[in-house]
Amino acid sequence: MGIQNLLWQVTKKAFTGGIIGLTISDRCCSVVPVRGDSMSPTFNPQRNSYLDDYVLVEKFCLQDYKFARGDVVVFSSPTHYRDRYIKRIVGLPGEWISSSRDVIRVPEGHCWVEGDNKASSLDSRTFGPIPLGLIRGRVTNVVWPPQRVSKIG
Amino acid sequence: MASSSSSFWNIAYQQATKSGVLVAKVYCFLHVTTTHLLFPAYAFGPSMIPTLHPSGNVVFAERISTRARKLNRGDVVVLQSPEDPNKTPIKRVVGLEGDCVSFVVDPEKTDESKTIVVPKGHVWVQGDYTHNSRDSRIFGPLPYGLIQGRVLWRVWPFQDFGPIGPTTT
Repeated sequence: MGIQNLLWQVTKKAFTGGIIGLTISDRCCSVVPVRGDSMSPTFNPQRNSYLDDYVLVEKFCLQDYKFARGDVVVFSSPTHYRDRYIKRIVGLPGEWISSSRDVIRVPEGHCWVEGDNKASSLDSRTFGPIPLGLIRGRVTNVVWPPQRVSKIG
Repeated sequence: MASSSSSFWNIAYQQATKSGVLVAKVYCFLHVTTTHLLFPAYAFGPSMIPTLHPSGNVVFAERISTRARKLNRGDVVVLQSPEDPNKTPIKRVVGLEGDCVSFVVDPEKTDESKTIVVPKGHVWVQGDYTHNSRDSRIFGPLPYGLIQGRVLWRVWPFQDFGPIGPTTT
């Protein structure tokens, strides 16, 4: 019957579109909101959730896990794996980081992340260096709100 | 004639785009299946003797129980090594978060053993052949986010076709 055929066509198209969208989001890039002010003033310079920044996260860096100091990355929390944090890579494997009392060497396969707003940021100063495998993408641009569209270098 | 040659190229162009779209759809479908449902893995090396052969096995691992946090003690998992994110070793989960795990630090050299409590959000993994295995005894508790999937079934070598179970057999 006509309506059944139409429904089937729409379902097929939606299913295909969903699969293609999921692949693009996993392999290419996705847009995520930034919550909290641990990366102020780079993201969310004012504490008002209506004006939260939305950023573009690229996934091509996950092919070989090669990052540079200063990259802003999205990663799964080592203690609550469902949470995702956005912080900046401050130390690469093999480098030395000076924390409050001593100097720490970042082990192989790990990196040291810190938020730009050091006063209110839960980062490697608390949970230590994170394995590179926890990284889920690299932030390249701010895409919303329109007056804050910019490239993160 | 000009009109027949242009229609040949039109048809060729249409066929090429149809095939291209089909290839893209197949690629996306395979990607979604292997990233969110089930993926094959080639396992080799001595660290999981006798469960896995050192000279090579093809196994299937599923991602659903890891996403739903339904991992148990005794499951064999594919994980991303905390020492090198491009390597994906296969080990067995020996302790979940909050468990108290006792292990022999280095069975080749001494009998010294240690006890440790697995912190929140981490698991303790060990190879079945502890004499030759780089696992949590060396790199510490593994964050849950590094677990890629739970090994379900071995398909090759064919004489060992069957499930990879939670207990060592």
